Amino acid sequence: MSPKIEISLNGSTVEADASATVLEVALEHDLFVPHLCHHPDLEPAGVCRLCLVEVDGRMVTACNTPVTAGAKIRTDTPTVQQTRLGAVELLLVNHHGGTIDCEEGEACDLNRIARFVGADEARLGRYRPPDRTLPVDGSNPFFTFDPGLCVLCGICVRTCDEIVGVAAIDFVKRGFDTTIGSAPGKQWIDSDCVSCGECVERCPTGSLSFTGFETPEYEVTTTCTYCGCGCGIHLGVSGDRIVSARGQRENPSNEGRLCVKGRFGFTFVNSPERLTTPLIRRNGALEEATWDEALDLVAARFSAARGDAFAAIASAKLTNEENYLIQKFSRAVMGTNNVDHCARLCHSPSVAGLVQSFGSGAMTSSSKDLGDARCIFAIGTNTTAAHPIIGLQIMRSIRAGGRLIVANPREIELARHADLFIQHRAGSDVALLMGMMRVIVEEGLHDPEFIESRCENFEAFQESLAEYDDATVEEKTGVPFAKIAEAARMYAENSPAAILYAMGITQHTHGTDNVLATSNLAMLTGNVGVPSGGVNPLRGQSNVQGACDMGALPNVYPGYQKVELPEVRAKFEQAWGADLDDAPGLTHLEILRGVTAGPIRAIYLVGENPALSEADATHAREAMEKVDFLVVQDIFLTESAEYADVVLPAASFAEKDGTFTNTERRVQRVRKVIPPVGESRSDAWITCEIARRMGASGFEFESAEAVMEEIASLTPSYGGITHDRIDQVGLQWPCPDPSHPGTRYLHAETFPRPGGRGRFVPLEYRPPDEEPDAEYPLVLTTERSLYHYHTATMTRRVPGLETLRSEELVEIHPRDAVELQIASGDRVRVTSRRGEVEAHALVTEASPPGTISMTFHFHESPTNVLTNAAWDPVAKIPETKVCAVRVERA
Amino acid sequence: MTTTNLDPVLSAFERRPESLIPLLQAVQENLGYLPPDAMGTVARHARVPRSRVFGVASFYSQFRFNPVGRQRVAVCRGTACHVGGAKFILEQLERTLGILEGETTGDMEYSLETVACIGCCGLAPCITVNDEVSAKLTPMKVRKQFKKARK
Repeated sequence: MSPKIEISLNGSTVEADASATVLEVALEHDLFVPHLCHHPDLEPAGVCRLCLVEVDGRMVTACNTPVTAGAKIRTDTPTVQQTRLGAVELLLVNHHGGTIDCEEGEACDLNRIARFVGADEARLGRYRPPDRTLPVDGSNPFFTFDPGLCVLCGICVRTCDEIVGVAAIDFVKRGFDTTIGSAPGKQWIDSDCVSCGECVERCPTGSLSFTGFETPEYEVTTTCTYCGCGCGIHLGVSGDRIVSARGQRENPSNEGRLCVKGRFGFTFVNSPERLTTPLIRRNGALEEATWDEALDLVAARFSAARGDAFAAIASAKLTNEENYLIQKFSRAVMGTNNVDHCARLCHSPSVAGLVQSFGSGAMTSSSKDLGDARCIFAIGTNTTAAHPIIGLQIMRSIRAGGRLIVANPREIELARHADLFIQHRAGSDVALLMGMMRVIVEEGLHDPEFIESRCENFEAFQESLAEYDDATVEEKTGVPFAKIAEAARMYAENSPAAILYAMGITQHTHGTDNVLATSNLAMLTGNVGVPSGGVNPLRGQSNVQGACDMGALPNVYPGYQKVELPEVRAKFEQAWGADLDDAPGLTHLEILRGVTAGPIRAIYLVGENPALSEADATHAREAMEKVDFLVVQDIFLTESAEYADVVLPAASFAEKDGTFTNTERRVQRVRKVIPPVGESRSDAWITCEIARRMGASGFEFESAEAVMEEIASLTPSYGGITHDRIDQVGLQWPCPDPSHPGTRYLHAETFPRPGGRGRFVPLEYRPPDEEPDAEYPLVLTTERSLYHYHTATMTRRVPGLETLRSEELVEIHPRDAVELQIASGDRVRVTSRRGEVEAHALVTEASPPGTISMTFHFHESPTNVLTNAAWDPVAKIPETKVCAVRVERA
Repeated sequence: MTTTNLDPVLSAFERRPESLIPLLQAVQENLGYLPPDAMGTVARHARVPRSRVFGVASFYSQFRFNPVGRQRVAVCRGTACHVGGAKFILEQLERTLGILEGETTGDMEYSLETVACIGCCGLAPCITVNDEVSAKLTPMKVRKQFKKARK
C-alpha cells in the first residue's frame, strides 16, 4: 500500500493514493473525465488528449500525471471544457463513417464522450476531411478491422505488446496516412497475430469488432474447457445457443484474459455433429437406440466382465465429480483398480517424480505469482501455444525486468523473448539440468542453508554431479557448455526463480528422471516454498489435475491415497460399502495391451480418443477393434468411437454442473449454461445409471454438489471444498477444512513427505529409447498448435480455428529440406518403425537440423501412428517426444 | 526465391533494439530497398517485433519497400529548383522514362523520385542520378541525356 495524500478535487479535499494518477483519482471519486487511450490494464500513454484537466492552473493530461500532495485539480473550468471539446472534435473528424448519431451508440466510447462534451455534428462539417475510403480488413475469421473508425488511440497496439507480448501490430506510416498495421501490403491475418481478441475487447471506437457478434440474452460464469490454465469465462446465451465468451476479471487465474480457443472456441457446443442419441452396433453398424436399450446392454455386458477383465479410461475433460464417480464405479462396482486416464500420457512423471522429491505432484506456485518471478526457466514447454494465459505471466515477468531462460529443441515463439535460448537435443534434459547444477555447486551459487534445513540425501546427489563434466554435457546436449553455465548462473542468481515445464520434460522414457532433475535444481537454489518460484508442471487439459486428484489412477484413491495401504482401503471400503482390490490396476497403455495380451475384455472409454492420442496409435486401434465390448462415451463420434459397441452421447462442459481443478490446483465451478443438446446426458448421470442398473448402491446423487460432499469427506486435500465456497472464485488445494483459505503455494514450511524434508535424487543420463540411424536418420518430436486442442475433436468443429490452422505440417529445417529436396508445401511421407503418415512440409528454422516436428491434432495425418510406445519404467508414459523417422517426398 | 545472406551486414550491429535504424539503413544500402523478408531478419537480429520494424521504417521517408532501379533519378524540388522550373524537368523525365514519380521502369534500370532539396541551389534546376548531380537543366537537356541512355 502506498501512503495517502490529500488533494483538492474541484474544490473539495479528497484523500488519494500517492502512487495514483490524476485520472485514477477522479474516476475513483465518480468524476467522469473523458478518456480514450487509457485502460486500467495498460501503462499510461497520454496520446488521445481527451483527459486534459487543470492541475494548479496548468493544463495536463490526467492519465499520465501523478497526483502530488496539495495539488489543486479542476476538471470543470471553461478552459478545460473548451480545450476538451476541441480535442474531441479533432478525433471525431477522423472517425470516418461514424458520426455522433452512429448506430454504435453507447457501445462506442468515443460516441459516449462526444455526447458528454456536447460535440455538435454541425460544427464538425467544416473540419471533416474528405472521406478516406480505407478497405476494411476482414481477413481474421473472428474479428474485423475498420481503419476508417480508428482514431489511433493505440490501445490495440499496447495491448498486443504489453499484455500479450506478441506485438503483432504497430502504428505504421506517418502523418495523415498513419494506420495500424504489421507489414507492407499485409492483412491482419498475415501478421504475427495470435487471434486472442484482447485488442478487440479493449477497442473504444468499434474500429476492431467481433465478426458476427450476437448480443447474448444473459451470461453464465463457468470455467473454460480447454487447457489447464483454467480461465474464468462468462458464456453468453441466446435461446439455447452459446453466442459469446468473455473473460472473468475477478478470476485470479486469468484476470479477464482469454486466448483464441477460450474466446472463440466454444461454438463446437452447438455443432450439428454433436452426438444426440445413444448408438448400438447392430450387424456391424452403429444404429440409433434408446437410452434404456443402450444402458441395459452396457449394464449386462459389464456385469459379465467384473474384476480384472474390465478397465475404465476416465477423462481429464470431465468434472471432478464425474471422475470421482467413474473411479468409484470401477473400484466398488466392477471390483478392479483398472482405471486410468490421459494424464498417463502427459504428466504421470510429474506425479511420480514430484511425489518422490517433494511429496506432492502438483504445480507449486500460483499462475499469477509467476509474473512476479525474477527469473523464469521454461524447459520443454511451448507456453504461448499450449498455455497462452500462463504465457501472459511470463510476459509480465519480462516487462518487470525478470530474466527468461528458454530450453527447447525447437525455436518456439518464447525464444524471441528469452535472455538465453538453449536449443538442446530432444531427450537430453537430464544432462542439461545436471550440468547446470554442477556449475551452481562448483561456483557456490547453491543455498546451503535451505539444503541443510529442508532437504535430505544431498551428499549422494552431489556425488552424482561429477560425471556431468563439460565435455559430456556438451556432447549429450549439443549446446556449448559456456551457454549452459550462463543459464545456471542466471537461474541461481535471480531469485525467486520459477521452473515451468510441460510435455517436453515428461514424454520420455526417462520422464520421471527429467522431473526429478527440475526438482533437484529448485531445491538446490532454495527456490521451493516461495510464492514466485518452485517447480511448475503446466497441466494440459482443463481438469487433468482434478482427474488425478480424484483417483482416476490405477494405484491411488482420491487424494493420492494408495490402494495398497490397508488403513486407506478400509476407509474406502466402509464409505463405499464394497470389498476393494488391494493391487494397483493397469495403466493406460497396459489396458490397451491387456486386450491383445492380457485379461481385458470390456473397456469403458470416456472422453478420450486413443485412436489419435496414443503413442503407436495403430496398436491402440487394433486393441479397440479386438476388445469384446467397448463403450465410448463422448460428445462427438470420435475416431475411437468408430470402434465402439455402444456409443453414449455425453453433455458438453457447458451443459452440466461440477468443478474443474486447474493447473495451479484451483478448484473452480463449471456451470450448466444451456440444456444438454439432443438426448445427451451428463457423464455423471450416465455412470450412475449404469451402476444403478447393475444393482449397485452409492450412486444416488441429487446433484454434483452432493458428489463433492462425498469427495470432501474422503479426500483430505479437498476437505474444505464445497460448491458454496467456490461460487465466485475457486479455492486452491490443499484446503483441508471448511475454514481453510486454500494454498497459494506449496511447501512453505515443510514437504509432505515422511520426515518433512525434500529429497535430492542422484540421476544417471539415459538416452531416448530410439535414436536416429541410417534407415531412420531424423528425430520426430511432437508439438501442439495454439489453434487446436488435443485430438481436435472440439477445435476442428470451430470453423474459425479450422481456418487458422487446417492441416498437419511437417516442420523441417532448411538444411534437411535441401538435402531431401523438399520445399514448403510439398507433400511428404514420414515413416517410422511403426507406420507412415503423409502431410505437407513447412521448411522452417524453428526446427533444428536433424529434427522434424508434427502436432497430433489432425486425423488425416495421425502422427501417433509414428511415435514410440516405449515407456518410462516408473510412470509408464510413452516416449511421444522422440522417435526415429525418415522423410521423403510423397 | 533468392535471398541474400544478410549475416555479414547484420553482424556489424549489436543485437539490441537500439540498433534498429542503423540496421535498416545498412540493409537498404545493401539491397536497395527493404523487402519483407529482410525486415523479418532485422527484427530477429534487433530483438524487436516484426511489426515494429515496419512501423519505424515506414515512419521515415528514407526507407523504401519496393525495389528501385539501378539508376535512381531524384528531381530536386527545393525553392531554387522550383523557381527554375523543376516541375517541367519532372514532367520531361516522366515522359522520357515512361514512368511516373515514385515508379521504376520495367527493366529495373531507372526509378524516379523527388526530393525536397539537394543542397546545391546555385546549380538549379538540378537532379541527381544515383549520387551524380546534373546541373542547370532544361527539359531539352534532360531529354537528350536520357534518350541517349535509353537507346
